[in-house]
Amino acid sequence: MLKHYETVFIATPVLSEVQIKEAVKKYRDFITENGGEIVYEEDWGLKKLAYPIQKKTTGFYHLIEFKADAAFVAKLEVQYRRDERIIRFLTFALDKHAAAYAERRRANKSETKN
Amino acid sequence: MANPLNNEIRYLNPPTVEVKKKKYCRFKKAGIKYVDYKDAEFLKRFLNEQGKILPRRLTGTSLKFQKKVSQAVKRARHLSLLPYVTDLLK
Repeated sequence: MLKHYETVFIATPVLSEVQIKEAVKKYRDFITENGGEIVYEEDWGLKKLAYPIQKKTTGFYHLIEFKADAAFVAKLEVQYRRDERIIRFLTFALDKHAAAYAERRRANKSETKN
Repeated sequence: MANPLNNEIRYLNPPTVEVKKKKYCRFKKAGIKYVDYKDAEFLKRFLNEQGKILPRRLTGTSLKFQKKVSQAVKRARHLSLLPYVTDLLK
């Protein structure tokens, strides 16, 4: 039974553009390798943090929406904790209202892009 | 001296009758079912200047959504989208 999740992580600003892409790819692959499927992805870019984390005032935000097994989330979070590039993360299970909201949000985003 | 016909209380200014504006839950009114933690600008409406969550008695939010708002604010704080403590937010 796959559940709908979304995960946001903040990568350190010391990384280069290529290193960020590499980190994102690692998690994307990690999800698909473990039987999950990626629904949506959003790059928020370099953002200012509301308060310093590990003495850094900015960070690269990245959002991934995916479907996976419930047991997978623990594995993913272990990966986050081991990774020094990730300074903060949040994984959130979407219920039906949240999923509907995410869908509308996606529709809005693609509209503004076009 | 005291005129029995004139003993009503007289006001210098006409007394203002306060019409209380009825508070309402904006989520129920607008039909919002999910409070997004990623939308920091929206969540700021439920915070005071120090970044504290405003009580229900001020915002009029229903209990059901107050819980969701507070949960969303806490998630946003964890992701550093909102500050835990600050001065002069907004």
